[in-house]
Amino acid sequence: MKRNLCLHLPDHMGVGRAMWAGLLLLFLSLAGCASGPNANPRDPLEPFNRGVYKFNDAVDRAVLKPVATAYRDATPVRVRQGVGNFFGNLEDIWSFVNNALQFKGQPAIDSLRRFGVNTFMGWFGIFDVATEMDIEKHTKDFGHTLGYWGVATGPYLVLPLLGPSTVRDTVALPVDWKGDIVSSIEHIPTRNTATVLRAVDNRSDLLKASTMLEEAALDKYTFTRDAYLQRRRSVIFEGNPPDEDGVDKLSVQPDPAPAPADALTPVNNNSGLPLDQKAIP
Amino acid sequence: MNARFLRHLLTVLLVCGSSLLALPVRAADEAPDALIKRLSTDVLDNIKADKAIQAGDYSRIVALVDSKIMPNVDFQRMTSAAVGPAWRKASPEQQKRLQDEFKILLVRSYAGALTQVSDQTIMVRPMRAAVEDKEVVVRTEIKGRGDAIQLDYRLEKTPGAGTGWKIYNLNVLGVWLVETYRSQFAEEINAKGIDGLIATLAERNKANAKKG
Repeated sequence: MKRNLCLHLPDHMGVGRAMWAGLLLLFLSLAGCASGPNANPRDPLEPFNRGVYKFNDAVDRAVLKPVATAYRDATPVRVRQGVGNFFGNLEDIWSFVNNALQFKGQPAIDSLRRFGVNTFMGWFGIFDVATEMDIEKHTKDFGHTLGYWGVATGPYLVLPLLGPSTVRDTVALPVDWKGDIVSSIEHIPTRNTATVLRAVDNRSDLLKASTMLEEAALDKYTFTRDAYLQRRRSVIFEGNPPDEDGVDKLSVQPDPAPAPADALTPVNNNSGLPLDQKAIP
Repeated sequence: MNARFLRHLLTVLLVCGSSLLALPVRAADEAPDALIKRLSTDVLDNIKADKAIQAGDYSRIVALVDSKIMPNVDFQRMTSAAVGPAWRKASPEQQKRLQDEFKILLVRSYAGALTQVSDQTIMVRPMRAAVEDKEVVVRTEIKGRGDAIQLDYRLEKTPGAGTGWKIYNLNVLGVWLVETYRSQFAEEINAKGIDGLIATLAERNKANAKKG
């Protein structure tokens, strides 16, 4: 493992550490000039992000989705499950590292046990024996770890080909690549094959979801962004994030006409807190 | 990262669908967590037993939603929260149309999720709430393959005895349903007003219906 840092990064992406830093700087410098008048405070780069989103969507339509559809139609469900399990197992070892970095004992132990059980009893992860044994999966990446230790997310960022992210998660990404077993494979053809197979397999899992996104979202960009930011935040707080200023006030919206006034006003709200802060344990 | 996030999103969408349907039949003043537990189990069982729903029969799904779920949801509150401050300026007819179209959008786009119900089990996590609380969060977990799926509900106590609790927001994997629609609705309202939002919703519903 005594390689130069740049070699740890996936060569197929053509990004070394310096280039990554340069890209990041470029993104950040756009922050100042890209915001419009109606900018969402968490998404000051929206015009830029929308451009990248459009590009990603076009690539997906032209290449990834058709390939994933063909893959789904050509392979039996058990094969695809095995492929998904295999890559999921490799992910567990990185989740172990990040749970450990967050001093999360049980999740770290679970992740390590999952990796051990599935690797040795599940044919190198092809069978998810650990789930049958009720060992829980706790996926964590380095962006979570930074967030857990208090690093702010920074603006929302859509990365070319990689999709939704934030400045913090983008900074964490090269570290995640280093921890990714697939991108550390030395034999380049094997690494490329594994990377492509993983991407296609992931996308094939999502064929139904992307159809539903098409139907459910009025604006796919906004829907994805708002779901992504909420989701990342929730994981860092283990599913129980504190109320964000302003985000949750909508839940206590008195409704003037049809509902009786007392429907939304507590009889004995002595705490002086808005209702939702009380409601969250 | 994109793929992992999209996978989460998939689960969000799938679970939104199944959980919206996971809320039927109400008993008088049952504790909110007991209510959620009973309804979730009941609806999962219903879906598992109903071949037509598994095959994606839209009319059967709508029937299930209307008869079992909607009585337990304060859909007006859900819609008004998603619409935001503009709700107060909307006329009663506009408010009614917003609710109707939003409901069709949710049911239609999430209906496909119900075909995904297989061997999942639901666990209700211990609830911390005082007896006099009028609003509570009930947290549940769905266990199946992969990470456990977090599924939380916000419920309000309806005034009067025996009227029970109603759900007014839903959280799947840390993502609140109402919040996810809020910016999208605001974009439409800022650009085209309330009627513009209604028109966009209606148009989307028509397009979705055409797809079968």
